[in-house]
Amino acid sequence: MTIVVLTRSTPDTAARVEVDGSGSVTWGDAATVVNPWDEYALEEAILQAKAGGGKSVVAAIGPEMHVEALKHSLAMGLDEAVRVWDASLQDADSLAYATAAAAAVNKIGGVNLVILGKESVDVGTDQHNYQIARKLGWTMLSYVSKILAIDFAAGAIKVERLLEEGKQIVTSRLPAVISVMKDINEPRYPSFIGIRKASKAEIPVWSLGDLGIPALTMRTRVAAYKNLPPRDTRSERIEGTPAEQAAKLVDRLLEEKVL
Amino acid sequence: MTVFAWIETFDGKAIPARWEALVAGRMLADTFGVPLTALIFGTNAGAVAAEAGHYGADAALVCDDATLQDFRLEPYAALLTRLVQDQQPKAVVAAATSRGRELLAASAADTDSPMLADVLKLSVGDNGMLRAERGGYSGKVLSEAEVISGATQFVTVPSRAFKASDPNTSASAAVSTVAPALGEDEIATKVEGFQQEAGVVNLTDAAIIVSGGRGMANNPKDVPPGTEGDPAVWKAKDGFANVIQPLADALGAAVGASRAAVDAGYIPYAHQVGQTGKTVSPDLYIACGISGAIQHQAGMRTSQIIVAINKDAEAPIFRMARYGLVGDLYQIVPALTEEVKKRLGK
Repeated sequence: MTIVVLTRSTPDTAARVEVDGSGSVTWGDAATVVNPWDEYALEEAILQAKAGGGKSVVAAIGPEMHVEALKHSLAMGLDEAVRVWDASLQDADSLAYATAAAAAVNKIGGVNLVILGKESVDVGTDQHNYQIARKLGWTMLSYVSKILAIDFAAGAIKVERLLEEGKQIVTSRLPAVISVMKDINEPRYPSFIGIRKASKAEIPVWSLGDLGIPALTMRTRVAAYKNLPPRDTRSERIEGTPAEQAAKLVDRLLEEKVL
Repeated sequence: MTVFAWIETFDGKAIPARWEALVAGRMLADTFGVPLTALIFGTNAGAVAAEAGHYGADAALVCDDATLQDFRLEPYAALLTRLVQDQQPKAVVAAATSRGRELLAASAADTDSPMLADVLKLSVGDNGMLRAERGGYSGKVLSEAEVISGATQFVTVPSRAFKASDPNTSASAAVSTVAPALGEDEIATKVEGFQQEAGVVNLTDAAIIVSGGRGMANNPKDVPPGTEGDPAVWKAKDGFANVIQPLADALGAAVGASRAAVDAGYIPYAHQVGQTGKTVSPDLYIACGISGAIQHQAGMRTSQIIVAINKDAEAPIFRMARYGLVGDLYQIVPALTEEVKKRLGK
């Protein structure tokens, strides 16, 4: 029984991210970390692999920068890591990423469950999650806030999903791709031994050729990045007693027509 | 030749953000010079189709089948994919909700089509390919994304990015019925239950949001004797229930929270606004006892007016607030609730 998690490195959440003079996105010397949403996926993979008596594999699709996320994952306790990279994936769109990811899952083999973080903060979307499931031809269960039951032998899974209107309970079959929410678990910190071991790990790199897929055609691209427009920095401090502050604020909000 | 706009429904009614998909769809349909077709699947689809006509759809395709009663990706994606393959629309648009995102992404994958998600601005290039402005890196930068090629282009629009116009009740859409693509026995996923949060105003659709942060623990009320657990948690929960909620009720607002408040157990994760929570775009965002860390800012920076209420005059939130009230939220918020009720006559 094998569980796969896909992850990537993204700038630290507290980093100032900007577009520089040459139009490139930069975060100065801020650290890169595992995509915040993936921490929950990685933790869940460790827990489920342990409970099910199987192994967990972490994969990243991307250049050298993403090795950091793979090492952090190994340090947390994922059993194996692999990276997929090919020059032609340089400007991969979600379809290309999903195609490569699905091929990697198939190459890993014997996979019953793929666990993904809810979205990737760098690209600001989750469409690749669903597209990986479709390329694999597997069930997709998104926004999973809890795995209520899982039976790898019987190929069945029951989950709680957190939707806009409330919580939904669904059952489905394995193999499946699931994306998980922040509430699902408490990601562990890597142990010192884990970090040391991971730093020495030799992580294989698979090319598209290794995955048996031809060069991919991109259907979308980012033409340019730009900085956010300057925010309206007008700011007014409202003084007085709480009652006075409240009255003045309501005056302003009525003027602004937001009430 | 047409543009599809998927009108999402929940419990037999169109969701609040659905007409925004029609606004974006209408713009694309007009640019391409083709009619706009609303797609409505599930319970009560016919009634929703009539409404779609009032909001700009020229035609509607409905499928009111038992297999589509609850949204499940398999039957919905199979149906949308089949319709896309049959009719080759120039574009497919939907609101970027949890369901809209996965439905369009799945169908785009099935048909090997390009998809631009969560677009803030949308236009059509001279080559007929879509161009969009969208956020990247937790909304800290903007990207100009474009479609390179594809017969059908998929787009999702976030809530409140495209404001819906007023309905024209004399306009109507020509409605046709389509059959579902999958039978129940072909669908692996079954819905076992649903626990709706009663009376909750969806954060992403809300025009007004009142949020609480770590400062909620500074409740002057005494913890009842014999209460178990961290007193700060009791105080904060009491604050959310008896100070924040009344203001939200008076304003018809949704209640949000910072990550600090959620992590401390003051309020469930569903209310979290920020980088690892929800991204919101209300007209008015009132932050109570929230310091305003970058991660929180990422989730609410596009709010039209931000009001900050905090004891700490140096809190970062004041730098992004249009109106700042330095003081004790436990005095200011109740005063504000009173004032709102008085002035708005509620």
